[in-house]
Formats: sequence, structure tokens, C-alpha cells
Amino acid sequence: MSRAVWTLAVLLSHWRRHPMQLATLLIGLISATALWSGVQALNQQARNSYDRAAATFGGTRTAMLVGSAATFPQKLFVDLRRAGWPVSPVLEGRIQIGGRSLRLLGIEPVTMPTQVGNAPTLGTANLQAFVTPPGQMLVSAETLADLKLYEGATPLANDGTQLPPLRVQAQLVPGVMVVDIGIAQKLLNKPDQLSRLLIGKDRGPRASLQSIAGDALRYVEPDAATDLERLTDSFHLNLTAFGLLSFFVGLFIVNSSIGLAFEQRLPMLRTLRACGVSARMLNTVLVAELVSLALVAGLAGLVCGYFIAAALLPDVAASLRGLYGAQIPGQLSLKPAWWLAGVAISVSGALIAACASLVKAIRLPVLASAQPQAWHQAQRRWLKFQSAAALAVFIAAGCFLWLGDSLLAGFAMLAALLLGAALLLPAILERVLSLGERGATRPLPKWFFADSRQQLSGLSLALMALLLALAVNVGVGTMVESFSRTFVTWLDGRLAADVYVNAANDRQATEMKTWLRDRDEVQAVLPGGRADTQFAGAPLEVLGLPDHTTYSDHWPLLESIRNPWVRLRAGDAALISEQLSRRMNLSIGDRIEVSAPGGDWPVEIIGIYADYGNPKSQIAVNYAALTRRFPGTPQTRFGLRVAPEKIPPLLTAMKEQFSLDDRNLADQATMKAESKRIFNRTFAVTAALNTFTLGVAGIALLTSLLTLANSRLPQLAPLWSIGITRQRLALIELARTMSVALITALLALPLGLLVAWCLIAVVNVKAFGWRLPFHVFPLQLMQLLGVALFAALCAALLPVIRLARMHPAALIRIFANER
Amino acid sequence: MLAVSNLTKSYRSASETVAVLRGVNLQVAAGESVALTGESGSGKSTLLHLIAGLDSADGGEIRLADVVLSDLTDAGRAELRRDRLGLVFQQFNLIPSLSVEDNLKFQSRIAGRHDAKWHDELVERLGLRHLLRRYPEQLSGGQQQRVAIGRALAPRPLLLLADEPTGNLDEETADEVLALARDLVTRSGCGFLMVTHSTRLAATLDRQVHLHAGLIA
Repeated sequence: MSRAVWTLAVLLSHWRRHPMQLATLLIGLISATALWSGVQALNQQARNSYDRAAATFGGTRTAMLVGSAATFPQKLFVDLRRAGWPVSPVLEGRIQIGGRSLRLLGIEPVTMPTQVGNAPTLGTANLQAFVTPPGQMLVSAETLADLKLYEGATPLANDGTQLPPLRVQAQLVPGVMVVDIGIAQKLLNKPDQLSRLLIGKDRGPRASLQSIAGDALRYVEPDAATDLERLTDSFHLNLTAFGLLSFFVGLFIVNSSIGLAFEQRLPMLRTLRACGVSARMLNTVLVAELVSLALVAGLAGLVCGYFIAAALLPDVAASLRGLYGAQIPGQLSLKPAWWLAGVAISVSGALIAACASLVKAIRLPVLASAQPQAWHQAQRRWLKFQSAAALAVFIAAGCFLWLGDSLLAGFAMLAALLLGAALLLPAILERVLSLGERGATRPLPKWFFADSRQQLSGLSLALMALLLALAVNVGVGTMVESFSRTFVTWLDGRLAADVYVNAANDRQATEMKTWLRDRDEVQAVLPGGRADTQFAGAPLEVLGLPDHTTYSDHWPLLESIRNPWVRLRAGDAALISEQLSRRMNLSIGDRIEVSAPGGDWPVEIIGIYADYGNPKSQIAVNYAALTRRFPGTPQTRFGLRVAPEKIPPLLTAMKEQFSLDDRNLADQATMKAESKRIFNRTFAVTAALNTFTLGVAGIALLTSLLTLANSRLPQLAPLWSIGITRQRLALIELARTMSVALITALLALPLGLLVAWCLIAVVNVKAFGWRLPFHVFPLQLMQLLGVALFAALCAALLPVIRLARMHPAALIRIFANER
Repeated sequence: MLAVSNLTKSYRSASETVAVLRGVNLQVAAGESVALTGESGSGKSTLLHLIAGLDSADGGEIRLADVVLSDLTDAGRAELRRDRLGLVFQQFNLIPSLSVEDNLKFQSRIAGRHDAKWHDELVERLGLRHLLRRYPEQLSGGQQQRVAIGRALAPRPLLLLADEPTGNLDEETADEVLALARDLVTRSGCGFLMVTHSTRLAATLDRQVHLHAGLIA
């Protein structure tokens, strides 16, 4: 044991003498672990919330019966119970408190199956208080804090109704309020109506569903994955892909530091072997040393990861809320598994990065090899092997593109493309430098190119990291910018009305419309409506658009028949969202059957429109036709056309007349600003991870240059001895770094555009169901090129300054003791 | 104590096989110091490396006390170097990240045979007392080689093997270092086999053996 400890102490003594090297190794491991763990923390936090949502009194993890419309008569519940069905009723709707819209669930705790959600925690004692007037309203602690209320408070709904006292139910997801079903029916004004029936697992004789409910209800199987999980999968996959990229870029640093340490410790390892340390012990101790360092870095990385996740969580939560309506608490709560996984990923990452060095150590001959320096042949073999590997990976990328049909295949194609480009980079650089060498006539430039070629193997990993980080930055930047430009145009189409009004109920809406028709400044009142139904087993939004030029002039149609708006008036035609078109492979001229309360509604598809950011399928029909087919559609939302200068006085007048606030009345500019704010927030996380990755790539370049700087002296000292000053040598070194970084950055630009195309044409389509137009932004590309060169300059500066200021004695020592 | 009999070793390159040792026989008794001389490429260092178990012979036998080296695995040869041999190289091969004191203690520690009194004596006789806290890079060549000799002798090996230990030193320093080595070898009672191409230094040892064309002349 003490032998192992002594050997370990000797190995560790290297780091004491080379603290900078230790720092770069730790920085690499810490940043790799931090970025990966940070992203995983965000994913875990979100998934915990989805689980809580799914467990909320009959989420998708419970078998249930649903109707063809949003609600069905309560009598069906009674009939089914009498027929032996262990069903429990749920009514769902939305309620507004203090301007916030919350999901209201009405449940019946006595019949609620025990396997469902957190019904058992209601407890017998609380059951009485829950069902007897005034009842209780269960909320999560986050919702209570959000509403700035306290337990026991009886808030007023926006329509003035007094709500039951609030009670905190820890397991509940934020944004949900649970009451007894009788109270829910009153609050939602849906007497004797139910949204679904949850089915318990009790086995017993029961009549068939058909014989009791006919076609009014259908059975929905419990689902292992929740809707939210499915919807948000792409978002989390996106985050994970970024985390993985940062992780690998971090590992490049680790690889470079460990490689340097190994090269420097080669004589030490040989001495240890000569002194009688067996190969097995030496290798065991090397692994133990690495694992110890990885554990320390892993813990530090986890702490940093926690802070990164905490910093990004508000933006991620806002994105998930904006994109999918998922409620994520703003406070991070992490399971022990996260900490363990973080440490494990740090250790495995370190072992992967050190793999090559460890294999070298295992095969280390005790006697130094007396072979001549055959670097040229070795490099040629290595480049050939890498180029062949790159080709294989490109072929794999092609296969993923042509044969793959899933989001995972899209990401796999992207990963293969990036990996292939990274593998090909050294060969391209070698070719460029070799052409330079051939073209150079004077001795110093010739040496410059020849020496740069020799340095390639040492620099290539860092340059690969730079290439990947830059390409991803260009790709994601182009995608976001394309999206931003498209989004603005799309918003102009979707938010074409000048003022948007949301009345408390249909009665107030009618009063408002009557009042508005008497106002001269109001050019048009544009009623709107939306019904929810099912199509091919998935939710479908049916949007009612009034017959008005506001829509025919602006609606963001991607393709349509001639004069679609005229055709829409007839009530038997529909425009469909791009998501629905792609998901169900529907095109213009196809006919679909929309489930409506009065029976199926056949409509012909006459156009396809962009509906960015909407996870649900949507169709747009004539407003009058919608209200005929879905008579219960609330008519509380409508838009107004008003001359721009008349908008502020009109808003003021409406607020006074109908006691409205900003949440129920907004002008187009405010709505657009809010939408753009949500949009920007959605991509804030991507931008942050992008910057982190580029930063880590910069550090990788720095560590590689520091690594090389230490082994460069034997090459530079002879030049110094024949009369080239240290300052000139330093400038040559700087020029070398900048030129290879420039070539890498120039290669990263087309690669990044290809990445952007893949994101837009493949990943986005598979993830979200819509495709963006592809734009190239030259200014953005130039900026990134500048950032890359600046990062290279920063990374090169330290080793170059050290060389320029190096004491001549250090260079003389090269000749005196060249081991 | 050391008996080398009929030892052969060849190196193969792509085009030819070069026989470096062609049946070497050599004995070194306990307490005896032997100089192994020969011109460059005669196989001196190869022979030393084979005796140290750093490389494997093609044929013949090396017996150190009761152990036959060819019977040993890699781990067994490492154990032999650790417990019974002391090695000194021309390039000193000190551990750059350890102080002089830690370098001196290193081999005796891993052999589990650290003797504080002997360590003190080595420090004193090698004149290293004032250098204990320094690192190898802060020492002159002669000082580094003294540390290497101290490290090799610290676990009281049966045999001290030295490969051109004075090759990097000036004449005066070389004489001084070799005198110290001889003195310490005598005090520890171990055998001493030194490779050198200096006939002057070889003459200071008990016996000289000349290697020529892969055979002991």
C-alpha cells in the first residue's frame, strides 16, 4: 500500500511543480462537467414538473373516458357507476385570479381511484373540509407564492366570484387549482357537465361501454409518456445536444492537458519503472490519480453546473411556458442521482480524454525508444486514417438524412456532419500548409510552413474544438436570425388587428361590441373564436376567422388555392397549419372530417399557413361557420381595426367604460413587443450555451498552445542561436496560431451554414413541424470570424509573450540538457 | 553473486538483424567492483540493461543471487530492480518534481526498506545536506549524479549498476563522484558494475572487463 502511496505522491508532485497545467486540466474537467450537469439539471427540473403535472388527478398516466366535445353530461357518470364502472368525474377549465389565468380542476374525492395522482394525501380528516361548503381550493406552494396569497385566503376570481379557502398541496404542479367538482361546475358555469371520467383498476363485472354511453364516450389508454413530455422532448433534446457538445469541447482541454502532462512525465515514468515500480502498479496509480482529480473537478463542476442551471432556469421556464404552456418552478430542486451522475460523467470524461495517454503508459517501454524521428510518416498515416474516418462519418450522415425519419436521426446526422468535418480539418490544414511550403522560396517562410505542419498533430484537437464551436455558433446564429426575421413577418400577419380585447364573458363581449359600433374611430370589429376538438386521436384547435380584408391581406399563408378567402366563406373549407400538414401528410385539395358537437364536419383543405411555436395542430375556418358548428364557442375575444392615432384614446375610453386592465385590452404594438420578448427569451438559453461553448473552445486552444509552447523550445532554440531574436520568434509563433485559426474559422463558416440548413430543414421540421426560410447573414458571419480570431489571439498571447520575454538561459539549457 | 552465462541479444530492423551480444559470460562477486569497457556500439549498455531486467535476452542466463532473470515476469523483474538492484544512468534520471530529499528516499521507500541512519550517512558522505530542499533543475550535473547514486544505494542493493555515470561530467567532478560511489559501495558491501569507455576511470575499479564485438575479450 505504502508503495502505491509513494508512487502516487511522486506522480502528484508533477502537478505541484506545474500548477498551470493542473489548472487547465481542472478547468477542462470543471467546464465539461458544469455545462453537462447544468443542462441535465434543467432537464431534470422540467421533467419533474411534467411528472407532477401528469400525476395531477388524472393526467395522461390514468386510463380515462372522454367525450367527442370538450364536455359531456354528468348523467353518463351516474349510468356508468351504476353499471359497475369504477369511474370518477373530472371537470377542467380555466379561471382568472388577479389577471392570472390558472387551470381549474374539479374532482370527486370519494370516487377518485386511489392509484390516481395524489388523491390519497387528501386524507379522511381533510376530505370533509374539501367537499363541504365553502370547500377548499388546493394549490401548489409555488402558485400560492405567485398569487402573493397565504394559506386560508379566499381570493376573488376576475368575474367577482369568491373562491374557497386556499390550501397548499405539495405534490401539485404550479398553475393548477383543485376543487370539489360541484364547486368547479359553479365556477366554470358548467352545471352537470364533465370533462372526463378517470377509471380505477378495480376489477369486477361491468357492462360494455357501448351499451351504456353509446358513442358519447371513448376509452383512452393510460400513457407512460405525458403529452408535455412528448411535446417538450425536442426542446430537451436540443439542450442535451448543446450540453453534449460543450462537454466534448471541455474534454478536448482535458485531453490536451493530460497529453502534455504525460509527455512531460515520460522520463519520470521510465525512472519509476527503472526503480522497480511494476507496470501494473504504475498504471493503477495513474488511473487512481486521474480518478481523484476527476472527483475533485467533478464536484466543483457540479457546483458550477448548479449555478449555471439556476441562472438559465428562468429563461428555460419562460421558454417552456411560452412554447408549450408547461409550468416549471423557478427554484431548482435536484435529486441525489443528479449529483452522482455528474461525478460519474466527470470521471468517465476524464478517462475517455486520457485514454490515449493511458494506453501509451500501459505500453511504455522502460528503455527510451532509439527510433529516429519519423514524425512525417507517422503524421501522413494519421491523416490518411482520419480522412478515411471522416468519409465514413459523412456517409453515415447521408444515411441519417435519407433514411432517418425521427428527430434523433436529425441530431445524429448533425453530429455525424460535425464529427466528419472535425476529422477532416487536420488533412485540409496539412494540405494548405504543404502548398504554402512548396510556394515558399526563402528559408524562414519555408521553415514556418514546415514547422507548422509538424505542429498540426499537437494543435489539431484544439482546432477541431474551435471548428465545432464556431460552426455550431454560425449554425444556431443563422437559424435564430432566420427565425427572428420570419417571426417578425409572421407576427405582422397573425397580429393584424390594431387592438385586442378579451371580455370576462359573452354578455360583456356583446355590450362592448354594441358600444364599439357607435364609435367613429372603430373601422371594424373582428370577432374571433376558438374551439378545441380531436383529429386523428390528437388535439386540434379550430380557429374562426371573420371574413375581412384584415385577414385576407395579412394571414401568413405558405401556399393556397386561388382566392382562398372567397372559398372559405362557404363554410366547407379550411386553412390548415403547417404542423398539421406535415404531421398528417395533408395537402391542398385533401378533405378532413372535424369532430363537432353536431357530428363530423367535412372540410376541404384550401391553404396551408405558418403557425410557429404552436405545439398543437390548428385549422382556420370561417368564423360564422365555426359558431354554427361549435355553438358553445366563447365569443369573448375579438379584434378591432382603428386608425393608429386613435388607438390610445380608445383604449383609455374602453378601460374606463368596462373596468378593463392591460391584461384584457392590448394594442397590437404591445402584443408584438410581448411576443418578441418571449421569442428572445426562448433563445436566450441557446445564446448562453453558444457563448459558453465558444469560451470553452477558446480555453482549449489556450491549453493546447501552452502545451505546445513547452515542447517548442528545442525547435526554436536553434533558430535563436543562429540569430533570430526572441521577439521575432514570438511573432512567428503568433502568426502561425493566427493563420491556422483563420483557416479553421474560414472552414467553419460554410460548415456552420450547412449546420443551419440541417437545423432549419431537418431538425426543426422534425422537432416542431415547421420549416423556416433559409437566410444568410453576412454581417453576422463577419462578426463571428472576428470573435474567432480574437479568441485565437487571446489564447496565443500568453505563450507568445512568455517566449518573447524568455531568459536566454532557458534557451541555452536546451543545448545543455536535451533529454 | 551475479553470474551471466552465454548471453545473446540481437536487434532486428526492417532490413537486417544485428547481433549485439553473442555469448557473453561474466561474474561479479559481492563487494567487487567491475568496470565494463568497450568501444561505442559494442553492447555495453545492452548488457547492463539486460542485467537490470530492463530488456529481455534472446538466450543465455542471468542469475542474480538465487534468481534467474529469464524466469521472471515483468512484475518480477520490477521487484528485482526495486529490492536488489541500484541503477545509475548517464542522464541522472532524477524525478524533476521531487526535492533532493524525496528523490533520495524514493527507492528505499517503495522498496519498504528505508533506513534513516543509512540515509543520513548517504546524505553526509555525498555532501547533499545543504541541497536537500532543492529540486534537480537547481543542481549542477555533479550534484545531480550524487543524488542519483544516493537514491540507488539507499535501499542497500545487492548490486549497483551504473551506465556511464560520469559521461556528462567534467574530469575533476567525474573523479570525485566515482570516488564517492566506490566508497559507498565498499561501505554497503554490494557489488558494482560500471559501464564506461574511460580506461582511466576503469582502472580505479577492482577489475576491468572489455567487451568487443559482442563478446568479452
